[in-house]
Amino acid sequence: MSTVLHEHYEVKPDDFANAGKASSAIKEQLKSLGLSPAVLRRVAVATYECEINLIIHANGGTIDMDIEEDGTIRLVFQDTGPGIADLEKAMTPGFSTASEKARAMGFGAGMGLPNIKRVSDTFDIQSSEEGTRIELTFVES
Amino acid sequence: MKALDIIELVKAEPLALCNERRLNHDYSLAFATDLMSDALAMIQDNFDHTVLITGLCNDQVLRTAEMLDIEFVIFVRGKRLPESSLEIAEDMGINLYSTRYTMYETCGLLYQNGVKGIHVNSLT
Repeated sequence: MSTVLHEHYEVKPDDFANAGKASSAIKEQLKSLGLSPAVLRRVAVATYECEINLIIHANGGTIDMDIEEDGTIRLVFQDTGPGIADLEKAMTPGFSTASEKARAMGFGAGMGLPNIKRVSDTFDIQSSEEGTRIELTFVES
Repeated sequence: MKALDIIELVKAEPLALCNERRLNHDYSLAFATDLMSDALAMIQDNFDHTVLITGLCNDQVLRTAEMLDIEFVIFVRGKRLPESSLEIAEDMGINLYSTRYTMYETCGLLYQNGVKGIHVNSLT
């Protein structure tokens, strides 16, 4: 499937001051393309959770968004952080390894990954000691 | 309840009135939390009628509201946001108010007056 739009964003490590800016930009971009509020909200929530994860759990990372010919929105979040030690635990609602700093920002409820999976149409996560890669897709319902 | 009636009920002061037409908008639902991850997990399609009540004062509250399309936030216990955050709210068109009531009291007052809680349900 060929891509009709590609956007790339860099998320800096520990950049708490700008946390969420990439997600805001992505939401704005998709809004200008006329997507429905329901799909926009799902993309925005998943993107924001992933962006926060890049800042608080990894050493920053990248976000790549592709919009495919059939309208599928594909988002890839990639980092070179320490990886997720126990993926099964990380997918359990309530489980969190967030730092005090992250909790002070309002994160670390242990709802991030389960929520990202819940709001996306497809969810794929690969994690090792070399980093984590999450790929999500969304389609208009 | 209209936003104006909620503001009067909890004796809230404006921190940022960024969307005046929303003052006459009806808010029938509320969600209260200091954990933005919890707010993000409550995603559904009726946020247009939902007020977010929180004691957390930082930009992430505004980003969370933006992602969820929430346009009315009440900060409890008289908390205020820094000027830089108010500028972000202005860009987003979110109305921010501060009440001296605690979170529990604020929720109680709203609930007593017909504003209900939101529940996680299937996405539409």
